[in-house]
Amino acid sequence: MPVAGPPVLRLVGVSKFYPASGGPSVQALRDVSLEVGRREFISLVGPSGCGKSTLLGLIAGLDDPSAGSIEIAAGPDGASGEVAFMPQRDLLLPWRSLLDNATLGAEVGGGDRAAARKRARLLLPSFGLEGFADALPHTLSGGMRQRAALLRTVLLDREILLLDEPFGALDALTRAALQEWLLEIWERLKAAVLFVTHDVEEALWLSDRVYVMTRRPGSIQLNLPVGLSRPRTRAVRGTPEFAALKQRLLDALLADTS
Amino acid sequence: MNTHRVARIAPAIAVLAALVGVWELVTRLAAVPEWLLPGPSVIVIEFIESLPQLAPHTARTLLEAVIGYGAALLLAFLVAALIDQSGLARRALSPLLVTSQTIPIFALAPLLAIWFGFGITPKILIVALACFFPIAVSLAGGLRNADPDMQALVRSMGGSRRQVFSKVKLPSAIPALLSGMKIAASYSVIAAVIGEWVGASQGLGLYMLRASSSFQTARVFAVIAVIAVLSVALFLAVDVVGRRIAPWIYVRTEEAQT
Repeated sequence: MPVAGPPVLRLVGVSKFYPASGGPSVQALRDVSLEVGRREFISLVGPSGCGKSTLLGLIAGLDDPSAGSIEIAAGPDGASGEVAFMPQRDLLLPWRSLLDNATLGAEVGGGDRAAARKRARLLLPSFGLEGFADALPHTLSGGMRQRAALLRTVLLDREILLLDEPFGALDALTRAALQEWLLEIWERLKAAVLFVTHDVEEALWLSDRVYVMTRRPGSIQLNLPVGLSRPRTRAVRGTPEFAALKQRLLDALLADTS
Repeated sequence: MNTHRVARIAPAIAVLAALVGVWELVTRLAAVPEWLLPGPSVIVIEFIESLPQLAPHTARTLLEAVIGYGAALLLAFLVAALIDQSGLARRALSPLLVTSQTIPIFALAPLLAIWFGFGITPKILIVALACFFPIAVSLAGGLRNADPDMQALVRSMGGSRRQVFSKVKLPSAIPALLSGMKIAASYSVIAAVIGEWVGASQGLGLYMLRASSSFQTARVFAVIAVIAVLSVALFLAVDVVGRRIAPWIYVRTEEAQT
């Protein structure tokens, strides 16, 4: 649930240019400003190639913006302001067991490995991964791999989770099941989520607010509060409110494409 | 699984048996003199009879091969890591590494004998030289081809260059490293033998030269057989070690075969 107070993530006027060989530089993002409140679930939708992944990369600190600023609130324990990033592909390291993949963050950050492993084991059942602690990634199904990648992201213990189309590569049924499950997990977490997708139903059903991006160079064209009560059930998708919201999102997206 | 394996190699064994049978028949029926082409049975008898002399020569050659191989592995690791970590080193060394593969290493054997005499040193050096290039080139390639997204993931967790290297790049390069190590393993014994041809006090190369200069052709064949068996054994040893330390590599290929 969103909590009042200062945002945990604030982008002001972020632009990104890439140098192009033998031509003018390419602009991927133009003047993007957005805010994510504490424990808020925000989706970012936009046409493919609009720079959604570039934006997440900037927030994750993999690259620097050409202009503008990205502010990330420090954690409650005063830990450095960093986000937990879950890329599009699950990127489980094939030579590591599920548990070792899940605790990669603690290992990289020099944290307490034994404690991280203990915590990961405790979380396995709620991630539907009980009994698979020692399994290598190639023995897991696509849905399990995605849940393992999310477990790895959650165990980073950050205030903000950046999820880049986490269910994009899954079949419709697995996808629907994982969306419900993600809502359950998030309601127990104390983290905000910035969720990138190009599926408007997914965005509406999961989020408190949805940002709509324009085509390249990507900028924010709409900030839509969802306002459907929580906890949400699947039935919400059949309501007139949902249909109206969906229409607004589609209108914004399609107006930009024409 | 075991019967499966037998069924897979059975045709190759049948062809080999047929070739040996034809060879035996031809030498007997055409009464080919033994100094020109001994039959397989003669070679086997010669092998058993000369076993007491063969054993120490074999041990010596194997020692040279293994020490040279180990030195090559160590050096190749250092050079490949340097190339990977430093752009300057890559630009300075990479082209040399690739072009140096066209130099016939074995032609250097007489030079090494001039510089280092007839002891064990020049043999180890020639083995090391022959094994260094395939290992270094394949390991450098493996490090370069490590998944950039996996590296970005570790960086997004706050990982240092060193952690990206040890947690992503190096494990990713294991398949390439192993294929380079297998090629090198199959070169190592013959490199030691060629080193011994130039001049040695012990070793299969020396034993073979003595046998050939006295027209003990069956013995020459016996030595060739030992060299072949040793080469295959070292190759298989690398393969077995590889399967142990990197079981995930073999998954896809084995699935494809069944």
